[in-house]
Amino acid sequence: MTPGRDTGNWARPVDKLSAAGVAGAKVDSVSGKRVSGPLQGFGQLWQKTFRVRLDGSTMTPEEVIATWKERFPTFWPKSATFYAPLAGIAPGEVALLDLSPAPGSPIKLSTGVMVIYADEQSFTFMTPQGHTLSAWITFSAERDGDVTVAQAQALERPSDPFDEMAYLLGGNRMNNAFWKETIANMARHMGAAEPVVETQIVCIDKRRQWRQVRNLRHSIMLRTARHTLTAPVRWLRRS
Amino acid sequence: MSATVIGLDRAGSVATLHIGGDITSSSEGDLMAGYAKATDDGARTVILDFSGMEYMNSGGIGLLVTLLVRAQRGGSRLLATGLSEHYRQILALTRLDEAIEIHDSEAAAMAAAGA
Repeated sequence: MTPGRDTGNWARPVDKLSAAGVAGAKVDSVSGKRVSGPLQGFGQLWQKTFRVRLDGSTMTPEEVIATWKERFPTFWPKSATFYAPLAGIAPGEVALLDLSPAPGSPIKLSTGVMVIYADEQSFTFMTPQGHTLSAWITFSAERDGDVTVAQAQALERPSDPFDEMAYLLGGNRMNNAFWKETIANMARHMGAAEPVVETQIVCIDKRRQWRQVRNLRHSIMLRTARHTLTAPVRWLRRS
Repeated sequence: MSATVIGLDRAGSVATLHIGGDITSSSEGDLMAGYAKATDDGARTVILDFSGMEYMNSGGIGLLVTLLVRAQRGGSRLLATGLSEHYRQILALTRLDEAIEIHDSEAAAMAAAGA
């Protein structure tokens, strides 16, 4: 086996994540957690692909990915915030996120991702324990004839029974809309005048992994709900 | 990039898929066809022999997840051998090592498979 051709592209395994390299986030709910991929999640397993042809853009796949890494937070919808690692999107780095659990919600779910892989034509994030999805998502670009095509492909399971319920009750649709908007924003920045985002969504495994029900103990959704409900008590104690 | 090469050996109810070249998202057709051939012929245990693998990116890891799910659905057992320290670390990083039994040699994997 040839060693090393992809060595620098992969993060090193870590027992516990650290978000020490992130600035600006008010809440760090990631440090001390482990990563949690599609095999560790609870709900049904979905593969989602969001693909866009960058018609009108002269950028190569390598230029698209370099720009995407550099400007990643700016392509996100306004409802969410991505706090990029100071070292940029590189293998082993951790980013923090604030997400809305519902459209217009004043409450934010604070979570993050670890960059597990990055090369010149792609990069991949993996979620930590507690995130609503146990997932990884790969952003990539390739040439199709004269046009560069960019895509995001996620492999995801809701992490616990509450996340699964929320996913079925609208979280799935919200998640799809989020990535479609992100990909369209990215495509416009790369020079595509009227980007059309093609979506392919496949349920790969309909079964639920009941052995993962204990993921509930990490749930950011439950922790945020508890924090919100006990806010008046904290306020009274302070006053 | 090298092409994906899939070879297949059978010993009773155990099949060994010898994986060579590069494993990326483009390898899906070859890998799934090899797995289907192995299980269609009646194998209940499939050993993935990675000793000929030259490169794997995150798309390749995604394929392994899909393969694992397919094996679990079909009631098959998946074992791995021939992994360098680097690829063992990648399976640990992505926590795939919690779902695939990893063995130091094909002989050890065959013994574990009961062949």
